[in-house]
Amino acid sequence: MGMDNEQKRNDLAALQAKLAQSRGKDLWRGLEEVSETEEFNRWLDDEFPNRGTLPHVDRRDFLKFMGASMLLAGLSGCRFLPKSHIVPHVMGPEDRVTGIAVYYATTFVQDGFGTGVLVRTYEGRPLKIEGNALHPSSLGATNATMQAAMQTMYDPDRAKLVTYRGEPSTWELALGTFRKCIEQTKKGELGPIAVLTPLTTSPTFAAWMRKFVSQTGARWYQYDGVGRDAAREGVRMAFGDDTTPVYDFKKANVVVSLDADFFSEGPGHVRYTRDFADRRRVHGEDVQLNRVYAVESTPNLVGAFADNKKRCKASEVRQVAEALATAIGMGSGGSAPASVGDSFVQQAAQELLANRGSCVVVPGEHQPKEVHALAHAMNVFLGNAGLTVTYVEPVEADSKNGVLSLSRLVEAMGAGQVGTLLILGGNPAFDAPADLNFAAALGKVEHTFHMGVYANETSELCDWHLPEAYFLEAWGDARAHDGTASIIQPLIEPLYDGKSQLELVAALCNDPRGGLDLVRDFWMKERGLTKEAWEKSLHDGVIEGTASREVAATLQPLNLDPAPATSGLEVIFRPDPTIGDGFYANNGWLQELPKPLTKTTWDNCVYVSPKTAEELKLNVWRDADNPQHDLAEVTVGSASVRAPVIIQPGHPDGAITLHVGYGRTKAGLIGDGCGSNVYPLRTTATMHFAGNASLKVVGKAKVANTQYHHSMHGRDIVRYGSVSKYKENPTLEPPGTMHIGGHGKDEDKYNLFRQGKKDHAFDGHQWAMVVDLGLCVGCNACVAACNVENNIAVVGKDQVINGREMHWIRIDRYYGSKDGAPSLDSPDTHFMPLACMHCEMAPCEPVCPVAATVHSAEGLNMMVYNRCVGTRYCSNNCPYKVRRFNFLYFTKQYEKPSLKMLMNPDVTVRSRGVMEKCTFCVQRINKARIEEKKSGVPLKDGDVITACQQACPTQAIIFGDLTDEQSQVNKWRHEQRNYTLLPELGIRPRTTYLAKVTNPNEEVEA
Amino acid sequence: MAPKDPLQETFIEGSGNTYLSLQDSIGSLTLDQKRHNRFAWWFPFVVAFGMLQVMMLAITLLVFVGTGIWGINNPVGWGFAIINFVWWIGIGHAGTLISAILLLFRQQWRNSINRFAEAMTIFAVMCAGMFPLLHTGRPWVAYWLMPIGPNNLGMWPQFRSPLVWDVFAVTTYLTVSALFWFIGMIPDFATLRDKAKTFVPRFAFGMLSMGWRGASRHWHRYEQAYLILAGLSTPLVLSVHSIVSLDFAVSIMPGWHATIFPPYFVAGAVYAGFAMVLTLAIPVRKWYGLEHIITLKHIEWMAKIMLATGLFVFYGYICEAFYAFYSGNPFEKAMMLNRMTGPYWWSYAALIFCNGLAPQILWSKKIRQNLPILMVVCFIVSVGMWLERFVIVATTLHRDFLPSSWGMYFGTIWDWGLYLGTMGLFTFLMWLFLRFLPIINIFEVKELFYKMTGRHGAPKPAAAVAGTPEKVTADE
Amino acid sequence: MSETTLEQPRLHGILAEFDDPDDLLEAAGKAHAAGYTRLEAYTPFPVHGLSEAIGFKEAKVPWLIFVSGVIGAFAGLGLQYYTAVIDYPMNVGGRPNFSWPSFFPVTFECTILFAAFGAVFGMLGMNGLPRPHHPIFGGKNFELASQDKFFLCVESDDPQFDPARVSEFLRGLGAQNVSEVEND
Repeated sequence: MGMDNEQKRNDLAALQAKLAQSRGKDLWRGLEEVSETEEFNRWLDDEFPNRGTLPHVDRRDFLKFMGASMLLAGLSGCRFLPKSHIVPHVMGPEDRVTGIAVYYATTFVQDGFGTGVLVRTYEGRPLKIEGNALHPSSLGATNATMQAAMQTMYDPDRAKLVTYRGEPSTWELALGTFRKCIEQTKKGELGPIAVLTPLTTSPTFAAWMRKFVSQTGARWYQYDGVGRDAAREGVRMAFGDDTTPVYDFKKANVVVSLDADFFSEGPGHVRYTRDFADRRRVHGEDVQLNRVYAVESTPNLVGAFADNKKRCKASEVRQVAEALATAIGMGSGGSAPASVGDSFVQQAAQELLANRGSCVVVPGEHQPKEVHALAHAMNVFLGNAGLTVTYVEPVEADSKNGVLSLSRLVEAMGAGQVGTLLILGGNPAFDAPADLNFAAALGKVEHTFHMGVYANETSELCDWHLPEAYFLEAWGDARAHDGTASIIQPLIEPLYDGKSQLELVAALCNDPRGGLDLVRDFWMKERGLTKEAWEKSLHDGVIEGTASREVAATLQPLNLDPAPATSGLEVIFRPDPTIGDGFYANNGWLQELPKPLTKTTWDNCVYVSPKTAEELKLNVWRDADNPQHDLAEVTVGSASVRAPVIIQPGHPDGAITLHVGYGRTKAGLIGDGCGSNVYPLRTTATMHFAGNASLKVVGKAKVANTQYHHSMHGRDIVRYGSVSKYKENPTLEPPGTMHIGGHGKDEDKYNLFRQGKKDHAFDGHQWAMVVDLGLCVGCNACVAACNVENNIAVVGKDQVINGREMHWIRIDRYYGSKDGAPSLDSPDTHFMPLACMHCEMAPCEPVCPVAATVHSAEGLNMMVYNRCVGTRYCSNNCPYKVRRFNFLYFTKQYEKPSLKMLMNPDVTVRSRGVMEKCTFCVQRINKARIEEKKSGVPLKDGDVITACQQACPTQAIIFGDLTDEQSQVNKWRHEQRNYTLLPELGIRPRTTYLAKVTNPNEEVEA
Repeated sequence: MAPKDPLQETFIEGSGNTYLSLQDSIGSLTLDQKRHNRFAWWFPFVVAFGMLQVMMLAITLLVFVGTGIWGINNPVGWGFAIINFVWWIGIGHAGTLISAILLLFRQQWRNSINRFAEAMTIFAVMCAGMFPLLHTGRPWVAYWLMPIGPNNLGMWPQFRSPLVWDVFAVTTYLTVSALFWFIGMIPDFATLRDKAKTFVPRFAFGMLSMGWRGASRHWHRYEQAYLILAGLSTPLVLSVHSIVSLDFAVSIMPGWHATIFPPYFVAGAVYAGFAMVLTLAIPVRKWYGLEHIITLKHIEWMAKIMLATGLFVFYGYICEAFYAFYSGNPFEKAMMLNRMTGPYWWSYAALIFCNGLAPQILWSKKIRQNLPILMVVCFIVSVGMWLERFVIVATTLHRDFLPSSWGMYFGTIWDWGLYLGTMGLFTFLMWLFLRFLPIINIFEVKELFYKMTGRHGAPKPAAAVAGTPEKVTADE
Repeated sequence: MSETTLEQPRLHGILAEFDDPDDLLEAAGKAHAAGYTRLEAYTPFPVHGLSEAIGFKEAKVPWLIFVSGVIGAFAGLGLQYYTAVIDYPMNVGGRPNFSWPSFFPVTFECTILFAAFGAVFGMLGMNGLPRPHHPIFGGKNFELASQDKFFLCVESDDPQFDPARVSEFLRGLGAQNVSEVEND
């Protein structure tokens, strides 16, 4: 960085201003960083492991890293606590002991709705997100996104300072400019102000927005890349005005899903999953299972789980809904499409009628409003309202139809009627409907401001970018799916120079106070919360009595306009299963998280059914092991996109699915260039699916899957059977299964090593795990939770293609059908979470030449990293292949200062050349044991909870102590459907499985 | 004394051989450097040296970047490293077999080729020995496999692991072979010492010969020791490849967990070894005019041994397939089917051709004596034996118990680089040996000549005694 | 052999050279029969029956090898037993501490290794090698002893040693050259 161009670059005034307002450690940063020079960015870039070649050793990189890390020393120092608290601890605060985790309640916001979480912090460093048992949307569980969000928090690519047209600037200058705009607007010298926000449920924020609007006459628009317009409009259609449906799956004996995926999306899906699971537990004689009828377009988790499943194009779901309505005796006309068939509809209808008041029809988030309206109508007709589905006062604050709202905004912008545009969060330049051409309209606005956690595609087009504080860094509030409000409580001072949207809006209303005052005043002054109530709600993570009140659901007469005729190849748009609408594109943990059904990572693909693939001349019978897939070009109207093809059994024929969210260009080092951008195919008219698409093969592309073989090859891996089969034979065991040393069953008969048992008597707690395959919905929460808890490295697409992903727990997905042979058109889907089984006769141990993996007296198969020389013999000899090897220096990525803070101090960060694997979260076991020793109170069941178990929304994973007769794990282990995987090997794994019991209606014709 | 072999006469061919002429035809290779054909020596040597540099590069990169530069992955945790290890060890076995087992069986004809074969053994084992160290994730701590300790964490090696057995087997094998080789050369060093005209070789061989003077008492103990050493090497060589095979047989993987492994690994080792001996012997005897010492008989007999061991190996393959289907074990069955019809079918097919079918032409005497064709067969066999290990390692690991974890395995450029590199190292050492050490056991060839021509205690014709010995005076 | 002392005899012995191993064999036999006890024959390759002919029978080497082999066996097994059972026992896949079948290979290899050492170093030791210099190297034409000549030496510490008579006797056996070998 030569002297000359430095002068050229730095607006000295800005620089001085910046340094003037910089805090403490800022002074240690180099000028380069302050002025965000190219060099500096490149420094940051190079030194952050590129997703493709994450670990590549190179002297120049090393030097760059050294240099940059010195520059970033200021950041790494990090202001953990509010500055006013940074004083040497003469007497340490009571609640903070070094190395002891402290939990705080806060709220995670997804698609505008809040889910209560408890965040584990070490010395004020937030580290791991757990569900908040008191919060209605969580009940203690989480989903994969919430788990992985922690990496976004420490993402080095986050926006670090206020920029004006790419040059560093300051909050003062930014706010000053905006205030000037307000002045000019008032004087009429400038067009009106417009504010574009995502959907929000935050009462405080909404209040301040209204204040801002009234003060400045600004207009408030709302838009989300993947919105809930259809759901909202559907409700309005059915009941005339806005209400929010809240489902109660505990009460539902029959669930009909109209392309709904309430396991993985929509408000409250975590809670719904848990309630649902409570109706699927099989315990001995007691088999009171609910029954799920699912119609699905793009295969989703509910469909994978359903007892009876039919597939049809997304556009045909409405017909199914109409047919069903007709079948239960309301509405008239409408017959199910051939792909679904009458028998399905009739059977579903019969069972719905037989279970009035205890059944529920759930419309899919991505179905048009008519489907929602019909579903609600049926629920009311069936008397479910107030029982299995409750309609409450709208939870969203000042909700608007996103697409409509954005179109109006673009109109106004185009007409030059917007003088100042403030975009809070979101990324409309990337995800707006293509026909609106948002980017072009943006050019017509005089002053544009964008606030976001990342400087993204939209910030690039705006004059100003304002760094937004992440939810762990700022105060705020949000409401749950049922309206219950909870506080967003910061766990750490903003790492960078960020403010919250709330703080910004308040500041623009000339209220300079911080988030805490704003939120507290709102709740205590305007909502009359007492100080105690306030503190309690901070502690509990929910504000009592804030749930929305039920409203009387009175149906409006449904006059549905005829369904738009769709013809030709249909494209179904869906948010990506792991990175959502694209916000999480730069989150390595989510990028590498296998998509639940296809096990694809790092990419969005063209999903197509085998039949349609053949019709489209796609390479269907490609060699399963070969990562080379067809590269297809999909064209809708004038826009087209290229993506690799994945043959998806169970996908409806005549349609393909594309996931939006990929193809980011300004996501950051991880997200840039992954997959392809599908948003350009979406128009205001076709937000969820479009017809008349064309597809042609244009080449080959590599896809990184973590699983290539989809059938069980007739092996006894996932045991499953219908209720009737279960009643015949509760073990659900295929004939001729060998048992060698199975638990309980003649344990030592075949044991060659009785002497071994004498030499190494197990004593103390005996840890074991049971996984109920009947409950696993394959949502990936456990995998994500394990990544965060155990410092799992992200290896990048190339390494995943090489089979080197490091996940300690994986969810195997198998396709099968009733008679075992896999059916390609509409297969049964089975999930099997698989981590180290901690075999008592572990085959991995005797083959290790240096005793780096040995057994503990508590039955843990222990991996001693610093003893391992890396012969990989243990992995070769592991029949489950659950061991993971550091082929390269994968954890180099965590040397980055901000990512260092992401590491769990209780877990070793593994280096190059050593083997690793699931430890049953031994760090948690040890913590509990230490507590036991200190207090002298013996451990009780549930004192040790593994990360995967804690995250699991369905509680399919049970962990505990075998010596405790009363423990859950013992209880489930004594179920007859309990079985060991690969029993004939006689290695006696401590993890066993519960066979999956399904509840299909045999009457339904296939 | 051994029963006289009817074929003995032809082990040393041509008339007018004397002790000296035989000795010189071998010894002068070291003493008279001019005998080395420029091209025949320098060309292979330079090529080998180049390949050696490739090896160095591959190793450096491996140590600095990690085993990730190879193709290994999950599920296939072993790849070229282990394949090459087994391959090289196998090649080594012929040397010991020729020098030890044939000695025990009093096969006099071995005398012409054993030195050569022993050298081959040692160099092959050196190449093999590198791989177990290099294939570890952290080669710098690979010494933890040895009982140098208790080393870190106060721990010892875990003696239940076949990899530790390997360490002991390979080091023992290398040590014993080296001793055997050196002891065998002591009398020849003495011969060269006394023959050498210039200081350097005289001094060097003088040191190496340790003052050997051929006293009959020494010969007496020497032969006792040498014979027993051979007796020890025989079970050793059998044990080494058996133990190597246990790396696989001890595991629980389908296709590895088989009792047939030790015998058929040993057979395969001898098979590959003889192929390599022939590949080297055929050109060398030509270039260095040793046809009268390494005769067609030798070549042909080695070809016969190849044929025999080849049949053992083929039988092994048939047994494997039979067990798989007869066992009724679904995983074994699936493994074998996958071997034959899965993505790696080509490797299995090639294996059957190279090791099973191709050598069958050796039934014909004509072909056994047709050196070019024999060379080709030997080369095919070497390739086949490499494929055998590839099939064992890859086809078992890439599809084991749970279909969810199945994957593929292919070597990268660095896998190949290291493999070719070790070939470079082998040739490099071999060519140095050709030039600077007696490549055929001189004293044993003399002994053989004596056995063929001597009277062996029969009374001398009287005429020969006549004639008075010349006067010897002290001052003379 | 004998180390040089102050009153060392002038001669090391009388050396006779033969062209043919069979002549040497014959001569050695006769010399031994004639009552010479301090005989040594030198040949470029082992001539069977020669050591017997000069009355040398010894079987120490095999015993030495056997003993070192046994030591090796105990060392190998001992090492494994000590490390796996006494010093650092641990639960490895539920196997017994003393998993003797797994301990067999290492025991075997150690046996072989030690025995081989016994053979090599035992042989060299008993032969007093390495010994770079020896008076016999001064003998006439002795450098041919490693080429194609065969020598018989009557050493001076033989009770019946008398240079003249010994030389005469050896010539009688048909040696080409008979010469005195001096101590140095």
